[in-house]
Amino acid sequence: MNLITISGPPSSGKTAVIIKTAESLKMRGIKIGAVKFDCLATEDDIAYEKAGIPVKKGLSGQLCPDHYFVSNIEAVLDWGLKEEFDLLVSESAGLCNRCSPYIKEIKAVCVIDNLSGINTPKKIGPMLRMADIVVITKGDIVSQAEREVFAARVHAVNPTAIVMHINGLTGQGAYELSTLLYDQDQRVNSLKGKKLRFSMPSALCSYCLGETRIGESYQMGNVRKMNLEEK
Amino acid sequence: MPSKEMLLLSSPASLIRAYPFLVVFFQNQPINLLKNEHLKLLHILKEIEEEGSEDTVFEGGHFVDQLQEYILQMEEFSGISSQRVESLTVMPGKDKSGEAENFDALHFRKSTITSIVGPTGSGKSRLLADIEWVAQADTPTSRTILVNNSKPSSDWRFASGKKLVAQLSQNMNFVMDLTVKEFLELHASSRMVANAAQIIDRIIDAANELAGEKFKADTPITSLSGGQSRALMIADTAMLSSSPVVLIDEIENAGIDRKKALEILTGEEKIVLMATHDPILALMADQRIVIKNGGIHKVIQTSAAEKAMLTQLEESDKKMQKLRTMLRSGEAFETLYL
Ligand SMILES: Nc1nc2c(ncn2[C@@H]2O[C@H](COP(=O)(O)OP(=O)(O)OP(=O)(O)O)[C@@H](O)[C@H]2O)c(=O)[nH]1
Ligand SMILES: [Mg+2]
Repeated sequence: MNLITISGPPSSGKTAVIIKTAESLKMRGIKIGAVKFDCLATEDDIAYEKAGIPVKKGLSGQLCPDHYFVSNIEAVLDWGLKEEFDLLVSESAGLCNRCSPYIKEIKAVCVIDNLSGINTPKKIGPMLRMADIVVITKGDIVSQAEREVFAARVHAVNPTAIVMHINGLTGQGAYELSTLLYDQDQRVNSLKGKKLRFSMPSALCSYCLGETRIGESYQMGNVRKMNLEEK
Repeated sequence: MPSKEMLLLSSPASLIRAYPFLVVFFQNQPINLLKNEHLKLLHILKEIEEEGSEDTVFEGGHFVDQLQEYILQMEEFSGISSQRVESLTVMPGKDKSGEAENFDALHFRKSTITSIVGPTGSGKSRLLADIEWVAQADTPTSRTILVNNSKPSSDWRFASGKKLVAQLSQNMNFVMDLTVKEFLELHASSRMVANAAQIIDRIIDAANELAGEKFKADTPITSLSGGQSRALMIADTAMLSSSPVVLIDEIENAGIDRKKALEILTGEEKIVLMATHDPILALMADQRIVIKNGGIHKVIQTSAAEKAMLTQLEESDKKMQKLRTMLRSGEAFETLYL
């Protein structure tokens, strides 16, 4: 089975791109399953089911979705193996720009959209910088010039990635992406011993654990203060 | 290409001097590497590592890999973009029922217009996708695309700054909050063109010629009218886009001089492909291809008779336009006008 991790800012078009790409893969007889990691709620499972893709969802609730992802991905992989998928796609929420849900040697795709603004690529951390493939969506609603400027910014942030333009509504470009996603010779049977491409956001202060009161004495653990002196 | 060792022994300042395009690359790093721009990268990276701040998402080794790759690609890119695309050729594949397409080789040459006709869902998008992906008998249609009559480099697929096709369609909008001039400057700087100021002036002039009502360089792009936006998009794509092929999905018949728009594109040596259902636009093309059941069904060269018909059609179109204007301004129609 192949495993692919797909990530990107909220509503950038991840699910749309995956579903359109899955259509092309299914025509080649490739069996696909999906898992969605999100924080509070998601309707993506319904979208996948409607598209005939078996799906599991995991909601991290109070936890950072990335941490939740890494503590659950092995079990999810086992589910995929048991279901005998050829390709398991993991879609992660990408709620903060510091997200980093990629694993070394596992293909990583970042989906980002043209509407997010040309300064967004710079603001996104490992999720974009460490991806193997960057998919840019929503090119149908902005001008050619904006598309070119946006792509140039993405390129400056991650020159090694393959950049694809995909329309999540019509699926234009999805067939092409599908040819890059599935590798017949790749077999991922276990993730044991594999490493993350980049450390995940650290989230270990009292507020991560549910603290609601404001004040110095409630701030425990990994707390850092703004420097208001420096100019 | 510089080795990693050499990069590490250089300072950001000296690298930018050698490769001016690196300004953008350094600006897009999560950490300011230009603070001590005269120190060797090796020292700067070491310092960052020693500080070991957790909140900056930065890893020296990865940075150097990316730096090296960026230089490589940008150098290749400037080399290749000087090598012009004179023509594209589509070699036949098959339609949805697996029937072979009935033509030998279909050529799209620079400065020519090809219209594409056929009902929605007939396979127009697939043809365009084949061209964008420079298909090598590896898409559902099994078509092959040649560039300048030979097998194209895979860069056309994968290099980010190098896309074969630029697109213009009616749904497109400007979403940035900039003036026309700022916007064009931004586009020009991402292309690293040498004579930006001059090109920008030409674009604004050309766009103003296309749209009826004139706009200025300091007009915010989001306040342009529909016709003005379209005119600016066309002129900008003609003069600043790096893509040799321009795909147009209809041009609305209002607020813009369509014939001039096509002239600007062909004047800039673009290969123009135009999906349309409008007979006037279709006849403005040099040839038209008819798509049916996922395949190219027919290729028709625009005949002299058709061109003559175009003149008549344009005449009656002008009359319609004039009547529309009169209607809008509340005038009564003079029968003698027709
Ligand atoms: N116009 C346009 N809309 C798109 C495109 N891609 C996706 N969309 C729309 O954008 C919205 C969000 O798409 P999703 O696929 O749900 O995005 P997502 O990244 O999976 O979102 P979350 O999982 O909720 O973070 C949907 O309404 C899509 O139809 C595109 O290329 N063009
Ligand atoms: Mg989704």
